[in-house]
Amino acid sequence: MALWVDKHRPNNLDKLDYHTDLSAHLKKLCASGDFPHMLVFGPSGSGKKTRIVAILRELFGPGSEKIKIDQRIFETPSKRKLELNIVSSNYHLEVNPSDVGNYDRVVIQDLLKEVAQTQQVDASAQKRFKVVVIHEADLLTRDAQAGLRRTMEKYMGNLRIIMCCNTTSKIITPIQSRCLLVRVGAPTTQEICKVLHKVVKKEHCGPLPETLALKLAEDSGRNLRRALLMLETAKVQCHPFKDNQEIPRMDWEDFIRQVTTAILKAQTPEQLQSVRGQLYELINHCIDPTTILKTLAKDIIDRVDANDIKMRFAQEAAFYEHRLRTGQKAIFHLEAFVAKIMSVYKRHLMAMDM
Amino acid sequence: MSFFAKRQTAAGSSTTAAAAAAAAAQKPWIEKYRPKTMDDISSQEQAVAVLKKTMESQNLPHLLFYGPPGTGKTSTILALARDIYGPEMIGSRVLELNASDERGIQVIREKVKNFARSTVTHNIGNQNCPPYKIIILDEADSMTSDAQSALRRTMETYSKLTRFCLICNYVTRIIEPLASRCAKFRFRPLEEKHSKERLELICQQESVKISPEAILSLIRVSEGDLRKAIMHLQSVSRLVGKDAEIDSAMIADIAGTVPESVIDGLEACWRTKDYKKISSEVQNVVADGYSAARVLSQLHTRLLKNDSLDSMQKAKIAEIFGDMDKALSDGADEQLQLLNMMTRISAIAA
Repeated sequence: MALWVDKHRPNNLDKLDYHTDLSAHLKKLCASGDFPHMLVFGPSGSGKKTRIVAILRELFGPGSEKIKIDQRIFETPSKRKLELNIVSSNYHLEVNPSDVGNYDRVVIQDLLKEVAQTQQVDASAQKRFKVVVIHEADLLTRDAQAGLRRTMEKYMGNLRIIMCCNTTSKIITPIQSRCLLVRVGAPTTQEICKVLHKVVKKEHCGPLPETLALKLAEDSGRNLRRALLMLETAKVQCHPFKDNQEIPRMDWEDFIRQVTTAILKAQTPEQLQSVRGQLYELINHCIDPTTILKTLAKDIIDRVDANDIKMRFAQEAAFYEHRLRTGQKAIFHLEAFVAKIMSVYKRHLMAMDM
Repeated sequence: MSFFAKRQTAAGSSTTAAAAAAAAAQKPWIEKYRPKTMDDISSQEQAVAVLKKTMESQNLPHLLFYGPPGTGKTSTILALARDIYGPEMIGSRVLELNASDERGIQVIREKVKNFARSTVTHNIGNQNCPPYKIIILDEADSMTSDAQSALRRTMETYSKLTRFCLICNYVTRIIEPLASRCAKFRFRPLEEKHSKERLELICQQESVKISPEAILSLIRVSEGDLRKAIMHLQSVSRLVGKDAEIDSAMIADIAGTVPESVIDGLEACWRTKDYKKISSEVQNVVADGYSAARVLSQLHTRLLKNDSLDSMQKAKIAEIFGDMDKALSDGADEQLQLLNMMTRISAIAA
């Protein structure tokens, strides 16, 4: 049994629920037979991949859905072997080159050249080109991106590239100027509600109270995938749906909430020591350190009331998140953040007492 | 039997012709309208004039082209090569390597060196072509400095047989010994009138309907990058079809610029010191998928025009922008950085 997220994923451009203008544009583009390289960007859970799959279907028909996964081995100039899983159909390839870290350049060079230099032999094929979908393009190294530049122009006849990423900040400008930029914004709360109602109706599992739908949509942070997953968990927990039903939360989120409480309760070295233990626990459970820091910061900011201190905490969070990204060991930065927060907060409390 | 054979060839040739026509139609405009000869190049007068002079004397120095993307560096050298060698010879006399090719030190030592030291063959046809080959190293700033060092002696030793042309965006990433061996040409961002001429020509040939203001806004969003402008033009014309006229709003839409209303909203936030308002505004910007770097650059232009702040405040804000750009290029989280920037600015501006 598939998850609702996958089960009710729209599979062609007409079935998409929101951004209808965009869908119409894309449809026109696919029909024109003259298809550019594309850079699809937007926050997670906004439907980038759904749109890409729909585009492929629009271009190549149902054949694009017959996919197979195979493992390919690439060799670096220093004779190191890299293994990468490639999802492919007769008409397209999907890769995630950032899986191989620093060696993504080799993958890009080898794979794209191979695709680019083989022409479509079948004269009756609908399209003369193959599509390569690159996921997480913002994690590509600069070298790999530079490697894309000329290839994209030179082999335009046989190859189109669709890149999928969260932000264009890290895509180098020469690539941006070669692509059609497609922005997929997150759905609004109303749009999420609409989709939730639709899914519930399709699943025949009773009416979904309006307040619950709204609450789910708001809690998801405009992330449709998360909203759907939460809906499904909610259904497992309590069915039929109730108006004031508790929304299931991730256990690590609760755990972080405890950390926040601890930080706000006392600001002493001993407390820092115990918080450190909790942070280690979170990291050991493979929670991404950035996520920990962001959730923690958001939580703390929500729970202090002075405007100045909120601002200050936001600035500190940004500062330590940047450090975290450039640094090596996550725990140092998380701990530094907590220590900073504690000292700022303590000073604030003392100033209030005076 | 012969009848059958004849028919088959006829059918075969017609399909290849059709396929060729289809391929031509699919060709992106940036390739289709790439200048073919040196005379076609409409801007970069200085560089082109000097190059033409040196072509006449048949003695080309090593070349180093640098400048921002989309200013015609690659087009110029390709046109130059075509002018010198003609279409038949260009294949055997020119080696083009770019960042998509493997260009480690090994390749420089073997492939480039071998090509560089092979003597030139006899002239095919009656083209009056000079006795040397050209190696084009496109995107040379992405070569490792080891690979660049390996080039140094090669360039000198085989300078009789081979001329090198290095192309890059940042001349500072080319090691000094290489740069000093080349004649440097700087390619400036294209002037408005040249871009305009070219775009109008393309619109005319492709029978695209576009309003004059739209052309201007196209030039403005592409910031002197002609390739970007042509790319956007082609995308827009695909989207709207042949009949409708293209206007400025569509251009802004396709170029991914953040709408002015969003920037207005952010700017209004500066005035308040209310954290809640700032944070919800930032959250919306991020959720709508606008890239923080774009927001930053547009806010920057806004800042310059803003009259309600004095110079001191502007200077301080500019410093914050600098910090944020660094953080973003290090891969920091966009939402936190935007929030950080907005709170810090509001402390100054409010």
